[in-house]
Amino acid sequence: MGKILEINGPLVKLELPQTVLGEQVRVGRMGLIGEVIGRAGDTALAQLYEDTTGLRPGEDAEGLGWPLSVELGPGLLGGIFDGVQRPLQAMRERSGDRIAHGVAVASLSRTQRWHFVPEPARRAGTRLAGGDVLGFVQETESIRHRILTPPQIEGELLELAPEGDHSVEEVIGRVRLADGRIEKLHLFHRWPVRTPRPFRQRDHAVAPLITGQRILDTFYPLLKGGKAAIPGPFGAGKTMLQHQVARWCDAQIVIYVGCGERGNELTDILESMPELKDPYTGRSLMERTLLVANTSNMPVVAREASIYVGITLAEYFRDQGYDVVMVADSTSRWAEALREVSGRLGQMPVEEGYPAYLGSRLAAFYERAGRVETLAGDHGSVTLIGAVSPPGGDFSEPVTSHTKEIVQTFWALSKELADARHYPAVDWLESFSGDVNSAAKWWAEHVHPNWQAARAAALGLLAESEELQRVVNLVGVEALSSEQRWALESARLIKEGLLQQAATDEADSFASPEKQYALLAALLEIHRRGMDLVQLGAPAQRLIQMPLLAQARRWKSQHGSDDLAGLQAKIAAVPQAFEPLLLEYASTRQPAGAGEARP
Amino acid sequence: MRNVEFRTAASAQGGLVVMAGVAGVAAGSRVQLRDHAGRVRSGLVIRSAADNVVVEVFEGTDEIDLERTWVRFLGEPFRLPVSRDILGRVFNGSGQPTDGRPPIISADRRDINGEPLNPSARAYPREFIQTGISAIDGMNSLTRGQKLPIFSGGGLPHNRVAAQIVRQAKLLGEEAADFVVVFAAFGASHADARFFQESFEESGVLNKVVMFLNLADEPVIERLLTPRAALTAAEYLAFDLDYHVLVVMTDMTAYAEALREVAVLRGDVPARKGYPGYLYSDLAEIYERAGRIKNRRGSITLIPVLSMPSDDITHPIPDLTGYITEGQIVLGRELSGEGVYPPVTVLPSLSRLMKDGIGKNFTREDHPHVASQLFASYAKALEVRGLAAIIGAEELSDADRHALAFADAFERRFINQGEDEDRSIHETLNLAWDLLSMLPKDALTRVSEEQLAKYHKGTA
Ligand SMILES: Nc1ncnc2c1ncn2[C@@H]1O[C@H](COP(=O)(O)OP(=O)(O)OP(=O)(O)O)[C@@H](O)[C@H]1O
Ligand SMILES: [Mg+2]
Repeated sequence: MGKILEINGPLVKLELPQTVLGEQVRVGRMGLIGEVIGRAGDTALAQLYEDTTGLRPGEDAEGLGWPLSVELGPGLLGGIFDGVQRPLQAMRERSGDRIAHGVAVASLSRTQRWHFVPEPARRAGTRLAGGDVLGFVQETESIRHRILTPPQIEGELLELAPEGDHSVEEVIGRVRLADGRIEKLHLFHRWPVRTPRPFRQRDHAVAPLITGQRILDTFYPLLKGGKAAIPGPFGAGKTMLQHQVARWCDAQIVIYVGCGERGNELTDILESMPELKDPYTGRSLMERTLLVANTSNMPVVAREASIYVGITLAEYFRDQGYDVVMVADSTSRWAEALREVSGRLGQMPVEEGYPAYLGSRLAAFYERAGRVETLAGDHGSVTLIGAVSPPGGDFSEPVTSHTKEIVQTFWALSKELADARHYPAVDWLESFSGDVNSAAKWWAEHVHPNWQAARAAALGLLAESEELQRVVNLVGVEALSSEQRWALESARLIKEGLLQQAATDEADSFASPEKQYALLAALLEIHRRGMDLVQLGAPAQRLIQMPLLAQARRWKSQHGSDDLAGLQAKIAAVPQAFEPLLLEYASTRQPAGAGEARP
Repeated sequence: MRNVEFRTAASAQGGLVVMAGVAGVAAGSRVQLRDHAGRVRSGLVIRSAADNVVVEVFEGTDEIDLERTWVRFLGEPFRLPVSRDILGRVFNGSGQPTDGRPPIISADRRDINGEPLNPSARAYPREFIQTGISAIDGMNSLTRGQKLPIFSGGGLPHNRVAAQIVRQAKLLGEEAADFVVVFAAFGASHADARFFQESFEESGVLNKVVMFLNLADEPVIERLLTPRAALTAAEYLAFDLDYHVLVVMTDMTAYAEALREVAVLRGDVPARKGYPGYLYSDLAEIYERAGRIKNRRGSITLIPVLSMPSDDITHPIPDLTGYITEGQIVLGRELSGEGVYPPVTVLPSLSRLMKDGIGKNFTREDHPHVASQLFASYAKALEVRGLAAIIGAEELSDADRHALAFADAFERRFINQGEDEDRSIHETLNLAWDLLSMLPKDALTRVSEEQLAKYHKGTA
């Protein structure tokens, strides 16, 4: 047993011999929890996850003997946990609407009973290795929670409970380890959050994560098991985009980490998700979702931990063979928490107060994403999507610039687009994806062979229009040829009719890959037909006045993904809309070969 | 310990007093210092070791004589006594009455730091508040429980806008009876404070206002307490007494500067522009106290006012505020110079909770679409205006000329309005359609065809 020597903000100096860095400590009469971040002789420096007001020098302190760990087992899904995995709903029942000091509640309910079904292959006397599936609990209608052997265990299975109801703490089996010790098995186990969970090997990522957001899926795809960042100034739409991904992506499990952001944004998820249906399973989205929350008014020290808690939970579901998406809003708040800790330890800051190891910490964190072959031989993935909140919207600041070097997919949000209410405000010039070729294979196989060419054509048009707009801004639109004016107009059509996608539009909030491609192809067809006419001598102005252009901008919200036929019908009528002009110009001029009326 | 006076000050410098030979003092506890002249100052334990204690003194450490200073440790954090009687009262920045009336006597004394709200206890704000100001109601709607700051600059009419919101704010179809105001000023001038006081008086709401004033010539460190004291009062009114509380705070820049001053004294590592790295979390502790709670009737809607140093929205104070609040109303010098009141620059302005508090069941079915169309049309028209400045208006196409006329009318008729003009949301939306009708139907793709048929007044 040790004691408190000094309290300085969230930092306490303890007399605590024989502790180790990272050890959890319980401090003072209130029993506040924290972790050791420094040692010198018999004294230790600890940072506490809760406000230290009221703590006094001389009060007791004790080391708990383990590093910050999470409980992994049934009862996680649909829940909301704080930055050190305390269950917030249970805490509310216990201590009211506000988070009182020193409340200790177990992460997983100790009283709830789960129906365990053992894996037939796990017979007494067989070998059991870490990661092996012991059985399952049907946790929600859509999610079968596989009960895993803790990774470090290997030995002979002595017994395993038959099908039946258990609470997480009841013993469901016994293993004899190599050294002869007997280890008990439960429905849950603990894992230290700063240690990545083991797997057999890394696999190639093969399929894109479908988010239902056109600018992401069609233009800057992310693979399942990939890492992406969403940088952007305040109000640009990082949170909305992450909410959209959390809602509509085709992963089986979604871990949403609210790291130093607004309480209401978590409330929004808690209130809206149960009402929304998973487009793939038809079940309530909350059944596959789990929230970790350290909102901006909660203690900063737990903020640093929350990211690790989230990623460990994600790895745990990956190890059950699931495709998991973890979104973290915002990694900048995590980095700032890191900066505060390092400042308190008196470490030398390098850029903007950040410690020298900022880059390596970020890289190590993102490295926990990936598609793997699990210890049990299944395939699972963790896709990581982090928001970045650069001060003043300046992408050259340390967190954004380090992150940019780490991720494969970069969805850059722009203030100009957001100010003009072009949502999602993903900047099509600043963003990038290193996975277009892999994604193209999937699209070619599942949606349309022409996907990659269509994508390139649309991006080309957007880039060209950027150039043209510069000219217009200097000398006016009169300086452009008819072809150029039409290209400018087509790019505008693509921006408004395809890239813009309001999260609030019920029919368009989610767009299936088929709808995405149909719209893309249709708008490109309008462009091509118009260009043919321009080459026949039709003035761009005539084309720009076609009612079709206003109509095409509305298609996305008139036909949801479940009404592809309606959309196709409108698209099929595109040639007709050009008919009158075609008759007019094709008859007045007949240039050789060019612009033959297509069927 | 409460009743023991220590006379062991070892050093006093830059707002911090070190007390030697004092053991076992609770961190964060309140301190009373009596100096040689009998003046009482208050402070807070910011560091507590086994044999010495560091105290931050809110009134500063000027003229402290180490041998003749008596210190008492009160063993508890700063608390504010609360009761129904706070309504209509005026307090200083740390919660002492300054209106010459008796102190608030109550057994209910609350820690002004509050405790973080459990995110699972929050109720999402969804009720539209009509402010009567078109630029806000139509395009950046406020909802009950939202935190929506006004970003302004020196010489701009932010106080008048804030006062107009306070005077006119109401929920549709509900009486204003259970609506109260908490007003907190830090670093504000006496003239500003008087302006608000008179404005509350004129509209006859003075007995429903609680004021916390730390004015420009009052102790700087005390400003760190002022917003917390004000929000403690607001939480009591909202969540104990079921009031809908509108909290107006001015000026957050003065608050952040006070925080920087203290951080420098404490030797904290600076992040940007000398502000400490924890400015974000500190501001969040304040702003996040706004909101609604499940199963409680009251609410706290927070309107902080801040002046952007050199009109720079990327300065750490507006920047970090924008990262915490649920949008911002930005006032602009250009519009103000053209005589537009309120000079709301709509493009950088934003209300994030608007989408959930307007439309069919709240205001009118066309509201979200109209707002989106106004933004799109105005953004486009501003591009045209920029172009016209280069190539001359004569060179513009017909469509562009329509856009220019729209932009002018939008600023003159929609944004611009009287300081006493209280427009209903229907008036605002109808006005919006009058203006949108200046544009051809084909240019309006963010509203539906049905809405065009119903509301568009033009022929094209
Ligand atoms: N896809 C979208 N569809 C419709 N509206 C959007 C979309 N994206 C953003 N918005 C609008 O922009 C607002 C701000 O978005 P959001 O809260 O996601 O910004 P943010 O980048 O997370 O900001 P901060 O860094 O301050 O948290 C939203 O409240 C919404 O009004
Ligand atoms: Mg956000």
